[in-house]
Amino acid sequence: MSSILMHAPALVIALPLLAAFFTPILGRFNRKTISWLASFTLGLTLLLTLFIAKQVLTNGPIVYVFGGTEIGLTLPFGYTMPIRIIFQIDAMGIFMGLITAVVAFLAAIYSISYMEQHTGLDKYYTLLLLLATSMFGMELTGDIFNFFVFFEIASISSVALVAFRSTISGEPAEAGLKYMVVSSISALMVLFAIGLFYGQYDALNIATIASVMQFTQLDKIALILLVTVLSMKAGSVPMHMWTPDAYSEAPAAITMVLVAASQASLYALFRIAFSLYNVTLNTVTVGWIIIILGVLSMFIGVTIAIIQSDIKRLMAYHAISQTGYMLLGVGVGLAVLTNPAALESYGIKAMEGGIFHIMNHAMYKGLLFLTAGALFYRTGTRDLNKMGGLAHNMVYTAVFFIIGAAAIAGIPPFNGFASKLIIYESVYQFNPLLSIIAMLVSILTLASFVKVFHSAFLGPQLESYKSVQEVPKSMVLAMATLACIIVFFGLFPELIVKYIVHPAVMALIDQAHYTATILGGI
Amino acid sequence: MRIGLLETGSGHWNAIIWVIIAVIIGIGVLWLRNKGQENYKKNTDQTKPFLSGNPEGSKEDSHVGASHIYWGFTEALKKYYEPLVKLHTGNVNDYSGWIVLMMAIIFIIVGVS
Repeated sequence: MSSILMHAPALVIALPLLAAFFTPILGRFNRKTISWLASFTLGLTLLLTLFIAKQVLTNGPIVYVFGGTEIGLTLPFGYTMPIRIIFQIDAMGIFMGLITAVVAFLAAIYSISYMEQHTGLDKYYTLLLLLATSMFGMELTGDIFNFFVFFEIASISSVALVAFRSTISGEPAEAGLKYMVVSSISALMVLFAIGLFYGQYDALNIATIASVMQFTQLDKIALILLVTVLSMKAGSVPMHMWTPDAYSEAPAAITMVLVAASQASLYALFRIAFSLYNVTLNTVTVGWIIIILGVLSMFIGVTIAIIQSDIKRLMAYHAISQTGYMLLGVGVGLAVLTNPAALESYGIKAMEGGIFHIMNHAMYKGLLFLTAGALFYRTGTRDLNKMGGLAHNMVYTAVFFIIGAAAIAGIPPFNGFASKLIIYESVYQFNPLLSIIAMLVSILTLASFVKVFHSAFLGPQLESYKSVQEVPKSMVLAMATLACIIVFFGLFPELIVKYIVHPAVMALIDQAHYTATILGGI
Repeated sequence: MRIGLLETGSGHWNAIIWVIIAVIIGIGVLWLRNKGQENYKKNTDQTKPFLSGNPEGSKEDSHVGASHIYWGFTEALKKYYEPLVKLHTGNVNDYSGWIVLMMAIIFIIVGVS
């Protein structure tokens, strides 16, 4: 058993990848079992991720060399730099891996009932498994070209999944096409940036490039390309416009995974800024760029959300707005990276707030999209103007929505409050105005979700929805699990911050440790 | 580390204490509510809305739709919303244009810094 667990980093990728290719074969014989196969595989992957997390958080980073004579041998005799594909899993990487594992598993569980009536399920689950594989790859790899490969797989599978639910009007296909165009642009830019690194340093391993980083003009160009396209893929304003299209047209469970996929791009942005460039770049300038992108995302996202009447578009704009909080928190940390006193005083806390918010957002936004999916499943519409009184018949969904809405609006004691409070207090010490904007955005978020709750759930039972029933058990189970996580994180935030978030932040900041894990010297 | 006590950078936050206080206040509110009007009778004319003598419309029609909520807010901020909504053209060429524009802006900022 222990020899199998030794290969857990590879298995996290291999299991969903193999299942993705096995799914269409199985689908030819028994259509119903493929949803269970996907759920089982992603459940197993979640267990493996938990195992890796325990290892990383107790014993430090894990290195896994693919095809090497020894798993941890990064520099065989005579080599000055690693040439093989290496997975470098530190606390930040596994933090993201945990989010992906939970979200992908619950998406599969939710889809059992949600997608039951659809055709082409073998393709759906294949794409879902490929998307999960690629997200794990993006988060665990220590090789920048390998990152690009997974980044591309994530884009291709996401595009196909966005366009999956075909309608006569063709809106999902249109959203998929738009997403494909922006994804292709971002992929090209990432590849170009990688070319610039490889041309200068003859290396693709992130730690190796970081150790010799000169911050030349070419490195500056690579940085600009990466910051722009990765923040676009994370959905930051003003490059956010693909987000409401893609999020609203994808099936609900996929939207939840897409949120986590966007966060994987956000993670890549942070990894590039901290682990690859770190203090070689002008941290104040780049930090402020990220902060401004964050503030724009927060404010414009929420103000556009408030005027939406399509429930999923409204939630998509909120996803943009919430990404702003993450950019703000981590941007402040980057801006004060070269100022040890400020970093110690509030920079690390701001980053903890931003990073904690990534996890919280994945949970409550996932839950909110699932409740939107539950409403669509029963009413057949996303238009809030056509809904009303659904709390009479969909009590569980209404309760889950209240939990998700309270969490996103930063109402105690839910998880969103804990991370937002850390952001408010730490960012206030950096610049009070930014903190005030963040609080204002929370108020508008609450107002927006009060509107959704009133429109969809409150009021008298409408004639057309009198026969509506609660959604099937698998959908309730997925929503209930997320609701429990939200409540637990809200009641015991210090456990998460101390044991998961703080190590993740320190792993990002400590570039020397990151490079030494691969090149030796620890 | 005390259970539930979160260090926020400038202070502390304890969700458990918040929940306990919320429960105590909730119990107090329920107690006050139960001490309400003794002459209140359910399902009588007392409970019907008073609309200056006009008959009450059907409940289904009285539900305020999503587009009508915050009408005053959006009307007051019309000058903010009009250009912002116009920017969201739904045209993928514009999406790509924003990426190029942002790249150019970041290029200038990082280039001169």
